Amino acid sequence: MSIWKYANPMQFMRSTEWLLPIFAYAAAACLVTGLVWGFFFTPDDFRQGSTVKIIYLHVPSALMAINAWFMMLLASLIWLIRRHHVSALAARAAAPVGLAMTVIALFTGAIWGEPMWGTYWAWDPRLTSFLILFLFYLGYIALWQAIETQDTAADLTSILCLVGSVFAVLSRYAVNFWNQGLHQGTSVPVATGGRSVADVFFVPLVISMIGFGLLFVALVLLRTRTEIRHRRLRALLARERAAQ
Amino acid sequence: MMPDLGKYADAVLSAYAVSLLLLAAIIVISIWRAKAIKRQLAEVEARSAPSPASSSDKSVDT
Amino acid sequence: MIALLRRDLALSIRAGGGFGLGLAFFLILCVLVPFGVGPMPALLASIAPGILWVGALLAALLSLDRIFQLDFEDGTLEVLATAPLPLEGVALTKALAHWITTGLPLTMVAAPLGLLLNLPVEAVPALVLGLALGTPALSVIGAFAAALTVGLKRGGLLISLLVLPLYMPTLLYGADAARRGASGLDPSTPLLLLAGISAASVALIPFAAAAALRMNLR
Repeated sequence: MSIWKYANPMQFMRSTEWLLPIFAYAAAACLVTGLVWGFFFTPDDFRQGSTVKIIYLHVPSALMAINAWFMMLLASLIWLIRRHHVSALAARAAAPVGLAMTVIALFTGAIWGEPMWGTYWAWDPRLTSFLILFLFYLGYIALWQAIETQDTAADLTSILCLVGSVFAVLSRYAVNFWNQGLHQGTSVPVATGGRSVADVFFVPLVISMIGFGLLFVALVLLRTRTEIRHRRLRALLARERAAQ
Repeated sequence: MMPDLGKYADAVLSAYAVSLLLLAAIIVISIWRAKAIKRQLAEVEARSAPSPASSSDKSVDT
Repeated sequence: MIALLRRDLALSIRAGGGFGLGLAFFLILCVLVPFGVGPMPALLASIAPGILWVGALLAALLSLDRIFQLDFEDGTLEVLATAPLPLEGVALTKALAHWITTGLPLTMVAAPLGLLLNLPVEAVPALVLGLALGTPALSVIGAFAAALTVGLKRGGLLISLLVLPLYMPTLLYGADAARRGASGLDPSTPLLLLAGISAASVALIPFAAAAALRMNLR
């Protein structure tokens, strides 16, 4: 009994039928708990005032934006090596969710940055890296849309994801290098993550992060189910057309 | 009920508004598309496999 | 491989081959920017490295969709795929042809065009060296993007979208090197990193490009 049995579309559909609602409810519970707690029941930060409340949105979304890409990378590799359609479709399904997470991270980052830096966009290394990630997501999604043959599209987007991942890492270092003169030593709000944050902020932050993670899983499960159905739909329609 | 957000009220509220909007958007779009595809598939399957001996257990619900 | 290179170069030099296109674009950009931002010497001097690099990037971008397209359309690509030369070699050769017709000329005219933009003289070595080191990466990465979209009719816009984030590291390091040169600082770190990216790209990307070509030819 290995994880590979879920590579079978039918097994995947059967299992996710009951898994999906569980993840959806768990996600809702964590998100509501984390965000409500963070927004209403935490104090202001000494330096950042009430803007610290943005952390409950910004850090989880940024984290998921990156994790989504990693998941797509893994799924792409599985497709290239083992040719499991569920894997390729899962990667395709995850991309728009990752894109949404990236956009949330960008917006919350810019809004948070404005009172701190005095401008919405200061080419801070981290935010710039997310802008580049945003472009990667767009290109990936666009390529899927552009190629007619679904298996070829899966192949090409997988390669793109691979090469893109290498360059995404390269960009991260390049952007840090490019911008180090300006912001060296500044404690960018983004950088606090979960480590140097005081306990009173930490728990709702973790709950929020878990919530975002569960939401990602729920959405990917839902969207992959849709992709599987969509694939079958296309096959049936093609067969109908051929029979005419 | 609403905490005193002080001078950063605009920033915090707009951050939450944008994020919740985007989250709602991706959730709603995903659900909507799931329902649409499921419905279309059911229609096509009904057309192409009317016989009860159909081995299609692909129309698994939800 | 040499024969393929000579053929591609000949094709691109002929009318409609797009040889001068990148150069012309580069020239136009360098002439228009001062008109657009105003003839303020200090301002122009500070943005000159960036403009020149962005111009090189965009000029390289212009001819990317041709790299494989024509051969794909008339079936030559399939023949090349079955030829004794490995497809990785084909991809590399075509990237080389692209570089010879785009990156190399751009590198050579960058310094004189820099004059139009008030580029400080101290920046010229770092700029030209940077372009020389970085444009090969642009060509080979561009070839990868072209390979991904070779089956598409209007692949040009998609290629630009795909290639943009991939070009970022090269652009960031290259422009940084030129700016360091302009302010008298030592540009060797970004130049080294640039060289590293190009070397790694030239060595490895052809494999990805060949894989993409094979997928599209199936």
